[in-house]
Amino acid sequence: MRTLEQTTQEVLDLASKHFNVPAGSLVPEDDFFKKLGIDSLQTLEMLSRLENHFGIELPDYEVQGVSDFRTLASRIQSRL
Amino acid sequence: MLDLSKYQSIGAALKDALDQFSKEVCLIESDREREKERLTYRDFKQRAHPLAKALQDAGFALGDRASIIMTNQSKWLISAYAVFYMGGVLVPLDYKLTPDEQWQLLKHSGAKILITEYPIWRQLSVAASRWTAPNVSTVLVTEAPKNADLAGARRWEEFQGSGEPVFEPRTRKDVACIVYSSGTGGRPKGCMMTHENYLEQCVALTSLYPFAPGVRYLSILPTNHAIDFMVGFFGPFICGAAVVHLRTLRPEYVREAFSKYRITYVSLVPLVLKNLQKGLQARFDELPSGKRKMFRALVAVNRALTKSRPRLGLSRRLLKQVHEPFGGELRTIIVGGAFTEPQTLQFFYDLGIPVANGYGLTEAGTAITVNDLKPFRADTVGKPLPGMEVRIVSPSADGIGEVAVRSKTIMSGYLNEPELTSEAIVDGWLMTGDLGRFDAAGHLQLFGRKKNLIVTEEGKNIYPEDIEAVFEGLPVKEFCVFAANYIWPQRSMVGEQLLLALHLEPGQTYTEELRRDISARNSKLLNYKRIHGVVLFDEDFPRTASLKIKRNALAEELAKLDRASAFLPL
Repeated sequence: MRTLEQTTQEVLDLASKHFNVPAGSLVPEDDFFKKLGIDSLQTLEMLSRLENHFGIELPDYEVQGVSDFRTLASRIQSRL
Repeated sequence: MLDLSKYQSIGAALKDALDQFSKEVCLIESDREREKERLTYRDFKQRAHPLAKALQDAGFALGDRASIIMTNQSKWLISAYAVFYMGGVLVPLDYKLTPDEQWQLLKHSGAKILITEYPIWRQLSVAASRWTAPNVSTVLVTEAPKNADLAGARRWEEFQGSGEPVFEPRTRKDVACIVYSSGTGGRPKGCMMTHENYLEQCVALTSLYPFAPGVRYLSILPTNHAIDFMVGFFGPFICGAAVVHLRTLRPEYVREAFSKYRITYVSLVPLVLKNLQKGLQARFDELPSGKRKMFRALVAVNRALTKSRPRLGLSRRLLKQVHEPFGGELRTIIVGGAFTEPQTLQFFYDLGIPVANGYGLTEAGTAITVNDLKPFRADTVGKPLPGMEVRIVSPSADGIGEVAVRSKTIMSGYLNEPELTSEAIVDGWLMTGDLGRFDAAGHLQLFGRKKNLIVTEEGKNIYPEDIEAVFEGLPVKEFCVFAANYIWPQRSMVGEQLLLALHLEPGQTYTEELRRDISARNSKLLNYKRIHGVVLFDEDFPRTASLKIKRNALAEELAKLDRASAFLPL
């Protein structure tokens, strides 16, 4: 079982890879809309990647209003 | 289709539709690859009537208001029908607003009942602002887990009365819905839409885009939005068509739904349409050179053959590889909520997928003009719908002026805002605040906005004054948020931005620290509400006797600055 820290790190790694951002340039507190310059549709694509990676289903409502990596990771963690 | 001229209310028309089309499928609900529900009109009635009866038993009376805050799903429509059946007034709210914003609108609307989903209620119930809306006396929550703490709410699934509810007739002039066009900051703008508004709008729209049994509409735009309410609920229902809801709006499941359910119509906001265009273009670019040339040639042939009107059968045969993933039955993509760029419209039309672009406002009962595709024009927003009178007020030498509309679809006014209403509706004409011009063929072309307002590509209306609260306490003398196009009109409907006008204290300079402070506050706003830059103004802001900023006068002063040098990006 992953810890929240591990999950958070994996979320950051996956986001940096998916959006071609240098590894290590993202931190848990970052607002992913702003930091990655992405819109709501691109966020949905990122969520699908995260679901595949973690092998979970993340309902749309769970991530409604979430804009930082830490909260996103905690929502994922609660479903692992 | 029912003859709507015979009906006085949405409720009466829907009631007859459920009986007339009882065996037809009206709703399909899918979650990822799983189909959760498939209801006929008879099933729908059997779900809705016990809810209506329970509400009636609980004291919900004629004219009472009930709010729905839900994602697109069957229980949204079932609940709305129950409210109309009892002669209630529906208050559809945006599920994407924050809990504080939702409570503010619940309070403003005077809603007695709130119908929502458990995940939304989880956030609403713990918000401190909950207690600011004591008018909400009953909360019904759908899909709550077995042992969930409902925080005073009741389960929607168990809220059922026995026996038949009493149908409460309404007249055409009664309010059917209170729809918030925007404004959750200072002055919420709750458009009071009458039954007549919807009945007339439905007749006009279905004359161009007919629904019938077997037609399937994919509901993606939120149902609280005026467009989806009309073409994803009322329109299809009074024609016996079916509505498809997806509980997961990931692009891959949306794509799959087109072919799985053989979708006939879908409504999208421009942002999604553009994304779709990008995806298709990338696919075409990946084709090997020979195939790509062949494909381009076929697109050119299709363009030539559909110049005067769409020819769906022909386009589907000619460009099979494009149409198959869309299910092969797609007639039209309806795009709304914001302005769509002509090249995106042209891209789809050339592929044989007509996009019904139009122009509308919540205040006008959704659509004012729609492209009738006879012939298709990407450079305009179409001609006025039947029953719409549209004129250009005080046109300049080039014919551009404010668009004004008069019709039976115009709202009766803003809830509790007689002053705002009299500014918006002058002698029966709705002043849209948009700048437009008619061309020789009677098509309306838009040239930007006259109002201090931006509309995002996702169809969100943002009034700058509504987002100022986040900058309260900023260490400057005074500040004010504007839409850049309001200060420097661009005669364009795209590229709209928000700016923060700052008047610094004497001797103060615009430092990196101040910029960071603004940026940090900006991050607290939802992404589409964020400001893009700052404009410095070195004089006192003009104010009224009660010290309110005179926004128009300040905008006039700011307009004297050169945009390129004055606008400092954040």
